[in-house]
Amino acid sequence: MKVLKTYIIPRLIQYVVVVFIGITITFIVPRLTPIDPVQATINRLAAYGGTYMEPQAFESLQQTLKELYGLEGTLLEQYLAFWKHLFTFDLGPSLSMFPTPVMEIVLNSLPWTFFLLINTTLLSWIIGNILGGIAGYFKDKKWSDVLAVVAMSIYPIPYYVMALILVILFVYVFPIFPMMGGYSIGIRPSFSWSFILDVLHHSILPAISLIIIGMGWWFLSMRSMTSNVVAEDFVTYAEFAGLPKGKLLFSYVMRNGILPQITALGLQLGGIFNGAVITEVAFSYPGVGLLLKNAVTNGDFNMLMGITVLSIIAISTASLIIDLLYPLFDPRIRYR
Amino acid sequence: MFVILKDLLKRDKKFLFGFIVICILALLAILSFFSPYDPRSWNVVPKDRPPSSKYFLGTNSMGQDIFWNTTHALRNSFILGLTTAFVANIIGTIVGLIAGYKGGALDKVLMSINDSFIVLPSLPILIFLSFSLRDKMNMFTMGLIISMFSWPWAGKQVRAQVLSLRERDFTHTAVFSGMNMWKVVFKEHLPFVIPWVIANFINTILSALGMEISLSVLGLSSLETPTIGTTIYWAMQYQAIFRGIWWWILTPIILSVLFFVALYMLSVSISEFLDPRTRLQRIKMGG
Repeated sequence: MKVLKTYIIPRLIQYVVVVFIGITITFIVPRLTPIDPVQATINRLAAYGGTYMEPQAFESLQQTLKELYGLEGTLLEQYLAFWKHLFTFDLGPSLSMFPTPVMEIVLNSLPWTFFLLINTTLLSWIIGNILGGIAGYFKDKKWSDVLAVVAMSIYPIPYYVMALILVILFVYVFPIFPMMGGYSIGIRPSFSWSFILDVLHHSILPAISLIIIGMGWWFLSMRSMTSNVVAEDFVTYAEFAGLPKGKLLFSYVMRNGILPQITALGLQLGGIFNGAVITEVAFSYPGVGLLLKNAVTNGDFNMLMGITVLSIIAISTASLIIDLLYPLFDPRIRYR
Repeated sequence: MFVILKDLLKRDKKFLFGFIVICILALLAILSFFSPYDPRSWNVVPKDRPPSSKYFLGTNSMGQDIFWNTTHALRNSFILGLTTAFVANIIGTIVGLIAGYKGGALDKVLMSINDSFIVLPSLPILIFLSFSLRDKMNMFTMGLIISMFSWPWAGKQVRAQVLSLRERDFTHTAVFSGMNMWKVVFKEHLPFVIPWVIANFINTILSALGMEISLSVLGLSSLETPTIGTTIYWAMQYQAIFRGIWWWILTPIILSVLFFVALYMLSVSISEFLDPRTRLQRIKMGG
């Protein structure tokens, strides 16, 4: 049970700190603006919707907004009320799709984002690490250098620019892939074979763009790590002992590089999520990213706040899960 | 300093490439001061003209000369990148120096805050923030906002360095001769950390420019200010790809790819230079 005390509990505390800081920032942000967010939102709503609203509905909207932004009472009361809303999963109604709750809309688009995010992250992590490990092991070979230069020239490209490059190449110059959305217009979402194929066809380009950028980083860091491990005594010893190359590479050299890569995955999840969000915007993929974009264009303050809060919770939880899996891979923690 | 620069330029092709590209881009940015057009005004030249001798990179659908607009965009990118990098690295360095030197509970608290900012998904928060501050957005505010999520990387790096410096003899000598924490940290440790801060400085510029593109394509920066991001935003708004105005959309794409790759090469090259293990390898290989 020592693992629990030395590893798991500190991680759980860290998790609470992350969520606390994130939510507190979200609480502070609207208070930085000189404009009254309630009035601004109502104005924007009226201008955008242009629909007539019953005086009673208007009253209740103003009340919910005030409660939601927690603009009643002292700052401490406001802060506590904010947390109370979160714990009851009440993020208020969306303003551009009034009165559908924000929670419902976000939960509908989260599966799209997760589908894209989990697949691409795992694929790029695995491929990048294996390639990086091999390239690091054969670091004196010419092709290893070439691969490194390629990775170095792809990895720093911003996600959105990479998405644009792929759109220009594969939608405009060579029209192989569809441009817009998560599935073809006119098809109803269902569990049929053709719908699944259609979804896959639409998600290939966003996925490729996420994978090649993601892969670059894992490749480069794994390569530099393994090229250092190769110089260690135990590798030389294993070589002299006549171990098969494959075993040497995977269970001696890469085994040592894989642990920091798991930690790095947990840390970089936020950045990877950012990339997925902006890639979704570029491809109009119906996930959280597109939701964010629409919320910005429609001035849907509630939606923005809801997405921010939910993504903070989702990403820190995912990062916690990765951290908790870490002892499974690290015998030093497992057996301590 | 100049010896190192000369050494790096001569021995490392990555550094040479990055250095040359950044110099050219900086030159272009300086050129913006001689621009014949105001970047904020529209319809100063005929619309949608392809590149020609008169309009070097063509003109866009808003009646702006793309070449001169690009020089302004580069200048703004440099301003944004440098603002963010200065603010983020100053905060990060101070936090890292103190956390590393003090250790114990303070270190734990500072580092858990530090790690929190790394784990948090910055884009939704930054979108939310820029949305709230939309009316006050300029390159400087944007830099400040972005540096909120850029300082932790610097903090982590600096702390790791200080942890080893703390155990060295000169630290003990300094402490025993009566220097207080601030003096030890800033006089003794800071000089050792500076090279790492420089590598991080470049990385911060990189992430700031990337974030600028993300925020701008969502329409969240001041859209009349030309930047790489807003150029892409307007080109997308006017459907430049599908109307075949390739010179409008390709200019920011090629420019940003060059800019990012060059910055990254510089930072890789510097951190390789700083890492004693890779430096030894290069000496061994006669490189």
